[in-house]
Amino acid sequence: MLDPIFGRLSFAALPLHEPILVATFAAVAIGGIALFAAVTRYQLWGYLWREWITTIDHKRIGIMYMILGIIMLLRGFADAIMMRLQQMMAFGGSEGYLNAHHYDQIFTAHGVIMIFFVAMPLVTGLMNYIVPLQIGARDVAFPFLNNFSFWMTASGAVLVMFSLFIGEFARTGWLAYPPLSGIQYSPDVGVDYYIWALQIAGVGTLLSGVNLLATIIKMRAPGMTLMKMPVFTWTSLCTNVLIVAAFPVLTAVLVLLSLDRYVGTNFFTNDFGGNPMMYVNLIWIWGHPEVYILILPLFGVFSEVTATFCGKKLFGYSSMVYATVVITILSYIVWLHHFFTMGSGASVNSFFGITTMIISIPTGAKIFNWLFTMYRGRIRFELPMMWTVAFMLTFVIGGMTGVLLAVPPADFVLHNSLFLIAHFHNVIIGGVLFGLFAGINYWFPKAFGYKLDRFWGLVSFWFWVIGFWVAFTPLYVLGLMGVTRRLRYFEDPSLQIWFQIAAVGAGLIAIGIGAMLIQFYVSFRKRKELRDTTGDPWDGRTLEWSTSSPPPAYNFAFTPLIHDGDAWWDMKQRGYQRPLQGFRAILMPANTGAGFILAVLSTVFGFAMIWYMWWLAIASFIGIVGFTIYHTFNYQREFHLPLQEIVRAEEERSQLLATVRS
Amino acid sequence: MGHALTPEQAAARTVFYQADEHDHEAGGSTLLGFWIYLMSDCLIFAVLFAIYGVVGGNYAAGPAPKDLFDLSLVALNTAMLLFSSITYGFAMLSSYRNKVAATQAWLVVTGLFGAAFLAIELYEFAHMIHQGATPQRSAFLSAFFTLVGTHGLHVTFGLVWLITLLVQIGKHGLNRANARRLACLSLFWHFLDVIWIGVFTFVYLMGMLR
Repeated sequence: MLDPIFGRLSFAALPLHEPILVATFAAVAIGGIALFAAVTRYQLWGYLWREWITTIDHKRIGIMYMILGIIMLLRGFADAIMMRLQQMMAFGGSEGYLNAHHYDQIFTAHGVIMIFFVAMPLVTGLMNYIVPLQIGARDVAFPFLNNFSFWMTASGAVLVMFSLFIGEFARTGWLAYPPLSGIQYSPDVGVDYYIWALQIAGVGTLLSGVNLLATIIKMRAPGMTLMKMPVFTWTSLCTNVLIVAAFPVLTAVLVLLSLDRYVGTNFFTNDFGGNPMMYVNLIWIWGHPEVYILILPLFGVFSEVTATFCGKKLFGYSSMVYATVVITILSYIVWLHHFFTMGSGASVNSFFGITTMIISIPTGAKIFNWLFTMYRGRIRFELPMMWTVAFMLTFVIGGMTGVLLAVPPADFVLHNSLFLIAHFHNVIIGGVLFGLFAGINYWFPKAFGYKLDRFWGLVSFWFWVIGFWVAFTPLYVLGLMGVTRRLRYFEDPSLQIWFQIAAVGAGLIAIGIGAMLIQFYVSFRKRKELRDTTGDPWDGRTLEWSTSSPPPAYNFAFTPLIHDGDAWWDMKQRGYQRPLQGFRAILMPANTGAGFILAVLSTVFGFAMIWYMWWLAIASFIGIVGFTIYHTFNYQREFHLPLQEIVRAEEERSQLLATVRS
Repeated sequence: MGHALTPEQAAARTVFYQADEHDHEAGGSTLLGFWIYLMSDCLIFAVLFAIYGVVGGNYAAGPAPKDLFDLSLVALNTAMLLFSSITYGFAMLSSYRNKVAATQAWLVVTGLFGAAFLAIELYEFAHMIHQGATPQRSAFLSAFFTLVGTHGLHVTFGLVWLITLLVQIGKHGLNRANARRLACLSLFWHFLDVIWIGVFTFVYLMGMLR
């Protein structure tokens, strides 16, 4: 029976019988209380509210996305370590230390978190921060929506974290295939947590896609034609096209799954004419573009980094752009390669196998463009460039195992094996994550005004790269031997050594992550030494390096005029003089708490739906609609940034620049 | 590169920033942004149409379109929605001439047609459920109720927006922000019309042929 007030929620939902979770909860609670106390002690609440939570500055929102992504990386990685330990131990009679109920939640949460709440926020954060600066704009097209999008993403992350301590998470794998994810086989709250976390975060992702798309199309500085856009902006454009074209499919398919679960419809059920394979098709129609949503911006990062650190214009700019566009289109017609074993027949499988293989052509063109940019370049092996080289070596291998999997007969053997797991970690870690680290090391001085420490960066780099290969090569081997994914226990003791090696690799990666956190801390301590006074610490080529580090709230005192693809390089070559007078007050969007409030209401709504607290769901839904309407009555959304402030900021920069020259 | 530049062109190429700049008013990208959003919404309908296409014939020994649909009722309903689109067009024309009262009046008429559409749809749904043709009965009915119902929800949302906008026009007249909102709602309203044409043809007319 449902409790009229608490729905399905009762004390039984607290996982008190799981010592691991109780200990985790204790640690999180103590940490949370300490953080709360510290913020209160130093009276930072007002500052946080005014300067961060309600901010509509694309740069601060970008930074908040990055922080969210890094925090969730720690959670997702904790799941990974737990799986590696379990699989290392659970041999020959030993059950390991995780029961099946817990282990299944862990592999599901790991996938969901890493894709939706690590990779997506990090990629979105990078685009949010860099794109407006690269196109010479002062903010995105819809600054309020940007804030709202961030908080909706954070709201989804909060729901996933709730599931750790209240109830449980899905035990279905990261895409929640029915009929397993249907109400009959998953009657608990796990799948509902999954659905509502993704739906709420999905609203944020979709709106930020619309936002960045409109920004890139409408807000480029005069003179910046499409073929003069920086490559990172180009890849961001394509990624946001994919977001707008793919995420609605995810929204729709999750709505249908919810209807099956909540209303009792028969879309994906086994009886009454339902068709579970329809779900698998639809979710991959979103899912395959999704992996390109993740990787394309990083291809842009590698392009910027390679050109900058080789001191050359990017080799084959237009082929790079066309390759990106071709990948964007092709990413839509390959989805079926995720389930060749569905049995669509030889012709359908051949079609999707061939389209999949064709994608490697534009991708290969990109690799050659980077190599030719490096050829005869004056390469500086700074951290971003090192990550780029590591990416090229790692990603090419991952790409090639992908082409192997694209061969349908081979896939029938390798489907759902650890070979597949090794393949996609090979491209996601080797491509997306290495790219993010390249991007973070590259743009950190722009965002914070000081470079990241090189020594700890190197430690992080080597542990990550070596750790990756130690962790995933054994999975390739195991996969070829036929070991399937998501197993909790193994009979064959001869396999154990490979899992032990993989666990060592995960340990090395843990050191890499730790070193990265130390790198942030050490750099902060040494920020005076590492200070970037020029705004252009790497001798960069694109517009973001023309402004100060960190940039002022208004980005550019004057809108730049663009004559060349590498706009800032062009300006430097032809004697650009920074304007010192003639400033004007600038019209800026005003901060608002509306996005945060709506996201909090959405979290409450999601939580109420998960636990069947119908009254609360209705109340919070009315709250969302009512507050949205209320917000539309606010017509005063902009203000003039006073002239004195601009003059003051620009004078500060002049003084900083003077310290360099003297 | 390689081209000889005239002196004026060369001089223009050394100007690196706009010294004389005007305020960029917010909202310059709103219509484009809203259009992009509508296209994403269109994809949601595309998925629902696709689902209907795949499972629309799976009656699970339950009622089929011929047993359920009343084409004359649907024709009436379609007329309501199409009329509402025309009257919305009149509202837009009035707004271009800055006639506040006429704009409001046409919006009210549009809203009434929209409400009539919803009422007829709800009657149809209630009738079907009464006959035992519930969304749970078969995959065909699940897909039918979801596709048609999602369209209906959009119309409902459009009505809430329309009422809000009426109040806002009453308060501030047809200022720039309100004119922009009116244009966005216009896109939205006509978009729903286009979707309905698809529903009418694909679900009802072709359903009767099945």
